[in-house]
Amino acid sequence: MRWFSKLFEFVGKVGLFSLQVLVDWLKPPFEFAQLSRQLAEVGNKSLTLVVVSGFALGAVMTMHTRSTLVTFGATAMIPAVQAVSFFVEIGPLVAGLLLAGRVGSGIGAVLANMRASEQIDAIESLSIDSFKFLVVPRVLACVIALPFLTLFMDFAGLLGGFLSEEASSRIAPALYLSRAFDYLQWSNFIAPTLKTAVFGFIIGCVSSYFGYTTDKGAQGVGEAATNSVVVSSLLIIVADVLLIKCIFFLFPDTAL
Amino acid sequence: MIANQSIAVEFKRVMKSFGPKRVLNDVSFQIGQGQAVCLLGRSGTGKSVTLKLIMALMRPDSGEVWVDQDNVVGMEERRLSLVRRKLGYLFQDAALFDSLTLYENLALPLSRLTKKPKDEIDQVTRRVLTDVGLGADGAKYPSALSGGMKKRAGLARALVLEPKILLADEPSSGLDRITAAEIDELLMRCKTERGTALIIVTHDVHGARRVADKVAVLDKGTLVAFGSVEEVSQSENDVARRLITE
Repeated sequence: MRWFSKLFEFVGKVGLFSLQVLVDWLKPPFEFAQLSRQLAEVGNKSLTLVVVSGFALGAVMTMHTRSTLVTFGATAMIPAVQAVSFFVEIGPLVAGLLLAGRVGSGIGAVLANMRASEQIDAIESLSIDSFKFLVVPRVLACVIALPFLTLFMDFAGLLGGFLSEEASSRIAPALYLSRAFDYLQWSNFIAPTLKTAVFGFIIGCVSSYFGYTTDKGAQGVGEAATNSVVVSSLLIIVADVLLIKCIFFLFPDTAL
Repeated sequence: MIANQSIAVEFKRVMKSFGPKRVLNDVSFQIGQGQAVCLLGRSGTGKSVTLKLIMALMRPDSGEVWVDQDNVVGMEERRLSLVRRKLGYLFQDAALFDSLTLYENLALPLSRLTKKPKDEIDQVTRRVLTDVGLGADGAKYPSALSGGMKKRAGLARALVLEPKILLADEPSSGLDRITAAEIDELLMRCKTERGTALIIVTHDVHGARRVADKVAVLDKGTLVAFGSVEEVSQSENDVARRLITE
């Protein structure tokens, strides 16, 4: 029971924190310099991780798919299976989870360190709204960067899949692409990619919450980093279930 | 009593607790404009909390905290931000922003809070850095600075907006005597050249003797002595007397 009430308290606090982010998004001054700094931090520095992971995952997935589809004589379907699974689910989800690990822990640790070393107090003492200055640009950077990173992941996965398939069947690139996109509709592509903006919002808000609100000094830095990753990842998976339901509702043909 | 117009900071019956521990117990005092007051006391007696209450980084449980004729307790953020512009804060470990260079640390409040053009911001930033002896170090990040340089940089940032009141949390802790004396010298210059009120938390009695017009001694959350160094050194309170004389 105590655990349950703590959970409710936590959900309420993170909810209010996230609401504050949304309200402050719309209020000037807009922190463009901070936003571009954070976009570089979240986007550019995560690109290699996302592309390499996507490529490797694409190659591995094709190997597994091939071994199954060979049994049914359906190897021609490999590019389509690869594209649909990557664009619809694997790309968005894995990109979200990777970012929760790399960026979530970073945001949690940096903000917690700033709290412990009184840098956040220093910002307040300079009459600067620390929430708007530190939290809002980080959340916004996650929201903007994640859909783009997901695209990179999707196409890196497709490239990995193609190279793996090419090594096995010598398939031509044009044929692979044509088969890959045969079954893919715009709704399969746009809605799942955009849903990662929600994942970005979750990563930004949760990790900022743990970092910004810590009061445990140096110990709080490690805790904030760990909690950011664990809770963001968990919430991304739960949100994914709900978002898929929403996408099926809004684009019924994608559920077929 | 100081005339109302010339009060820089006033505490009226301030109480502050953290859980069961009472950190400040019914503390009242007045600090005049242009005065230098050193807060002395053993560790954990509420000295840093006093500074944070003045800056409204914390709220007292009860009582009033007046800064230049404004009660900052319960003040809404927009007005508070205006009051904070009158204050400068040198944090214990300087609290410089890790991700910004020293120059950017100083230019940030100027670009955010003033309408000065870029050239003027550049000029002011360089002048203040030079004043604290860091004119050649603007491009360095805080991680590349020594303890004494960090303190001076923190002081420069606190002074860049030319505050009426400067709060300094242990400005000379962890520094050798020569560097500590240099920091005290900088603080004294603020007071004499700009008429800045100084409220300094310190364990350094030598520094307090050099800088302070008045000394306040906190013990177990209670203000046990407040007066000139001579007055406090003859105080009836044992802790206050020992802190000043030993």
